[in-house]
Amino acid sequence: MSDEKPIKVILAKLGLDGHDRGIKVVARALRDAGMEVIYMGMRLTPDEVAERAASEAADVIGISLLSGAHQKLMRAMVEAAERQEINQETLIVVGGTVPESEEAVLHEMGVDGVFPVGSSLADIEQFIREHRKPRG
Amino acid sequence: MPLFDQDALDAERKQRQAWEHAELADATARAPESQPTFQTISGIPLERVYGPGEAAEISYVDDVANPGQFPFTRGVYPTMYRGRQWTRRQIAGFGTAKSTNERYKFLLANGQTGLSTDFDHPTLTGYDSLHPLAEGEVGRLGVAIDTLPDMGDLFEGIPLDEVSISLTINHPAIVMLSFLLAHAEERGTAWNRLRGTVQNDALKEFHGQKTFALPPRGGYRVTMDLVEFCTTQVPLWNTISISGYHTREAGSNAIQEVAFTIAQGMAYVEGGLKRGIPVDAFAPRLSFFFGIHMDFFEEASKLRAARRLWARIMKHRYGATDPRAMLCRFHTQTLGSTLVRNGVLNNIARGTSQALAAILGGTQSLHVSGYDEAHDIPSEDAMRISLATQRILGSETGITNTTDPLGGSYFVEKLTSEIEERAMALIAQIDDMGNGSMLDGMFAAIDSGFIERQIADASYDHQLRIESKDYSVLGLNEPVPDAAPPPQLYDHDDKEEERQKERLAAVVRERDPSGAARALDALRGAAEGDDNLMPFVLDAVRAHTTEGEIMGALRDIFGEYSDPAVF
Repeated sequence: MSDEKPIKVILAKLGLDGHDRGIKVVARALRDAGMEVIYMGMRLTPDEVAERAASEAADVIGISLLSGAHQKLMRAMVEAAERQEINQETLIVVGGTVPESEEAVLHEMGVDGVFPVGSSLADIEQFIREHRKPRG
Repeated sequence: MPLFDQDALDAERKQRQAWEHAELADATARAPESQPTFQTISGIPLERVYGPGEAAEISYVDDVANPGQFPFTRGVYPTMYRGRQWTRRQIAGFGTAKSTNERYKFLLANGQTGLSTDFDHPTLTGYDSLHPLAEGEVGRLGVAIDTLPDMGDLFEGIPLDEVSISLTINHPAIVMLSFLLAHAEERGTAWNRLRGTVQNDALKEFHGQKTFALPPRGGYRVTMDLVEFCTTQVPLWNTISISGYHTREAGSNAIQEVAFTIAQGMAYVEGGLKRGIPVDAFAPRLSFFFGIHMDFFEEASKLRAARRLWARIMKHRYGATDPRAMLCRFHTQTLGSTLVRNGVLNNIARGTSQALAAILGGTQSLHVSGYDEAHDIPSEDAMRISLATQRILGSETGITNTTDPLGGSYFVEKLTSEIEERAMALIAQIDDMGNGSMLDGMFAAIDSGFIERQIADASYDHQLRIESKDYSVLGLNEPVPDAAPPPQLYDHDDKEEERQKERLAAVVRERDPSGAARALDALRGAAEGDDNLMPFVLDAVRAHTTEGEIMGALRDIFGEYSDPAVF
């Protein structure tokens, strides 16, 4: 295991939402779990995040949204990842205030994992390890 | 003068020792306590039981005193709730101003006694509804206010001089208050009759709410311009609501919340003094805003400690002589982040306990967060329950009949002192960073990421306690049998965003373009110099310039801030 390349995770907040407690806790937890974490900060566009993920060859894009704009912004995030042609090897996950009734919609549009507020750090880590996509 | 004389303390110590050797030893031999040590949510170690010995250092006259008497530990007013109960102020805002205006009328009809405006993210961060980054967030978590006519819609039919109004916004506070003042002009309401609050706490934006629109020094200048202007022009207005709520929501503990909030307040006081405004002239209009977490005694003690700390600092460090300049008057809100998705109605119990802590801590106004807020912005039903919670506590439980009923509790007095001391130590660290200037200290603490790192550490520690079940939360790390969805969540109207964008475009289309451009140029010119910006912003809003244009003009001069992404 020790000679395996660490999982690389890009974390970011899209739009104007400033709630960053959760994403910072997740950033630390994933780092403490041995992953390479790049937290880009807030007020980013989906294209900025996708470009960074492509240039870093990231395994995971983790988006935090507590703004209620998850449908519009996650659709835009998936499309931005498609433009960078990284969907096949990059896991896209979102955390925050996503109502249960909307989780299916997010999965349909190409979001791999949804972690609503109250999710445990262990569950997030496990999901990433189990669902990480093989790199071509 | 200590709370107890020496003879009483000696007798108590002997009795305690005998108890430890007999009753206590027997009990722990039969069954050990559930944990080796106990602590508050913020990590303050707790004794098994508190008695006169633990509170021996506390002086009633110097540290506690009577309500309305320095250092105001027991309350800011002599009669507190026997005179008048706290203001029931549930924040509200969503969609367009017209929709929020309807919610205001609903709340007033349901027993609300003051209004508070929640703005959407684009408004909070100083961008128009038509800005590309605003997409999907217009009117989503608060009301969208772009221009003066929006403010007119927001308060249509509400008597501006009868209901106190809180505008919960920071760097663009100067714009929102100018909208309100210009709207009051249009309605013929004199500015000196307006009562209310503008949050206007520029510094907490960099570690608490993170809805900054300007960099630290530019934001601070605008905050202080508003304070200076209102001190003479809008005398009943509370010019800053120095906020710890968002710092706590960002993950701080109670000690950090008190320390950083008081430190912010000190930086504003130093700014006022630098401008030559006497402290007794502007400090009485400063108010505070704290969050209420779940640790009941820690929260009530925290509020008592904040009052005492602020009073001492204002009197001894800044030379205030008017007692009103020493009062830490505050609004409290039960923390949304303590609410749990699973078993959503259980949050009503959380809100009730938190509201009780806020009231026993002596709050001036209160918002009880809606039980459904872990899912979405609160429904009307959730707000009805929140207001009912406040009314039941206020009228049925008898807790308002006696002021500061927790006062004199060995435990509460000791915990109050402990929080004060720990917060003071943290304030001293920031003070050192500014070599004796809290203003410089706060800028240094923000620039270096000190405050953000402190909060991130506390936040992570708390999450690890939840993960390890060292701290249990029903529905989060303890299963709750009824995981039924909440009754009826807030129903979003996706058309609201489009309506607001059309409304903004129409206002811009119909205004005199040269007048708007002139007003913005004048504002840029003023921002380059030292003139107070408020009159220039007022001229700009009267010319129907937009919030985004005004904040954009200020960004042209003060620059943009980007989040350092400290974790």
